[in-house]
Amino acid sequence: MTHLEVPSSPTAPVQTGRKAVQVRNASVVYQTADTPVQALSNIDLDIAEGEFVSLIGPSGCGKTTLMRVIADLEPISAGQVLVNGVSPHDARMARSYGYVFQAPALFPWRTVLANVTLPLQIQGKGRAEAKAIAQEHLERVGLKGFEGKYPWQLSGGMQQRVSIARALSFEPRILMMDEPFGALDEITRDRLNEQLQQLWQRERRTVVFVTHSIAEAVYLSTKIVVMSPRPGRIVKVIDSPLPDERFLDLRDTPAFMALAHEVREALADGHHG
Amino acid sequence: MAKATPSRAQVWWHQGLPVAVVLLAVLLLWYLAAWVLNAPGAIERVLDADVGYTWQELFTATMSMERPLMPAPHQVVLDFYESLTEWPLDSPRNLLYHVAVTGESTLLGFAMGTALGLVLSVLIVHSRTLDRALLPWIVASQTVPVLAIAPIVLVILGSLGFSGVAPKAVIAMYLCFFPVTVAMVQGLRSPQKIETEMMHTYAASRWQALWLLRLPAALPFLFPALRVGVAAGLVGAMVAELPTGAQAGLGAKLLTGSYYGQTVQIWSALVMSAFLGLALTAMVAAVERVVLRHRGGV
Repeated sequence: MTHLEVPSSPTAPVQTGRKAVQVRNASVVYQTADTPVQALSNIDLDIAEGEFVSLIGPSGCGKTTLMRVIADLEPISAGQVLVNGVSPHDARMARSYGYVFQAPALFPWRTVLANVTLPLQIQGKGRAEAKAIAQEHLERVGLKGFEGKYPWQLSGGMQQRVSIARALSFEPRILMMDEPFGALDEITRDRLNEQLQQLWQRERRTVVFVTHSIAEAVYLSTKIVVMSPRPGRIVKVIDSPLPDERFLDLRDTPAFMALAHEVREALADGHHG
Repeated sequence: MAKATPSRAQVWWHQGLPVAVVLLAVLLLWYLAAWVLNAPGAIERVLDADVGYTWQELFTATMSMERPLMPAPHQVVLDFYESLTEWPLDSPRNLLYHVAVTGESTLLGFAMGTALGLVLSVLIVHSRTLDRALLPWIVASQTVPVLAIAPIVLVILGSLGFSGVAPKAVIAMYLCFFPVTVAMVQGLRSPQKIETEMMHTYAASRWQALWLLRLPAALPFLFPALRVGVAAGLVGAMVAELPTGAQAGLGAKLLTGSYYGQTVQIWSALVMSAFLGLALTAMVAAVERVVLRHRGGV
């Protein structure tokens, strides 16, 4: 077992900021017909406020499961998870996070604007206030002027930007993104990555990002969590040495390539380990 | 505009031609059937076999009998036209009077059936117990012939003091609620996992998830069921008119027509009920187009 590059222990302060997410010795076991499947095994992870953390790994490594556990979409079988210092359930009820799914999941019967006001409406915000907030968030993702359109009138990339605006509309402290650009073409994906990076630069909101693209993880993250399957576990946590200010050109620099190489090595170790 | 005109004419040509061809074929077959079916009666009652008759005389006789086995289309059209133009609207001889009577109980029953179907489907979707407890009975209810249920309902409601439109509407409701319930159960369950999970992350209540996600998602399932339901409700309303002594309504008109052998009247009432059914479903379709007008593409 060469992969035991133990993630930061709970006592050692990795970041000076407050903890957004703390995962202690968490496991998820699915009961199937014949044998129990260990989806997550003894996960320890700390995410400080303001970090951009990517979970990367091959299919079945539990990266999505880990995020769903943090988002209270999946129960844990053992261990402890704290989000903003409270249980995932309490954090969800306090609307502490926005979740962007793999598909935009926009409601076809609502306009772009009405899709963004949906969470605000659920939280009981007034109609005029919700509208103003939604318009501002649509502008931030570059969709000013599309408020009155219906989802089917937008391209896939625009739809996903609407879903990001929707997730951010109620100003959650954490943004969780589950392979949000996985279904898009590479050109659109690059552009959205750039915009997401700029968004994070401006707001420094905590982001948890699931991906299976090394380039995406390295370009976006301040911390990369490399995971491996059977059982789903963390093999390495890499703190990015790259500067916070990033541009697409950064991907051609030696520092970027070295980091990408490190991630690739860790993925290979996990695979063979 | 200059460009739009020929294309509209083309549309009419493409849509209208098949309809016209079928209509023509039906009319021809109808005349043929009227001739074949009425010939024995005409020979027996109208023509004098001793004197002899030509083919032409036979044909004319079969087309203009007073109580034909099968009235010719023009006889039905004439009776239809006369009933609408020669009698005031409040006269039982005017078919529109019966349309109003039947239409009233159909629409009331349709509204009640739709409401019942919506309530049942929401209960079924939200409770596993109710799903198991109610659904078999709902399905079983539709295997009981409405013709058997109608007199029982009429007698019971009559003894409770309900008469007139209410008992007929109840029977129309009995046929309406079923397609609505089944379609809405499917529609309310149609949102995908990702959409329900999204509502979950917003900490939406069950009621909010129903109102903001499940109900709008179910609308495309609801409208086809409403079209079926309103037509079924019309059948229910007409059947309900039969055991009441056949005072008024299209069903009653059919029954009195058959009592007195007024075949032409039966047929014009039949045509009128078909028109009523078409009008009711067209109304539902028009509402559907307005409500779902923005859901293009996908």
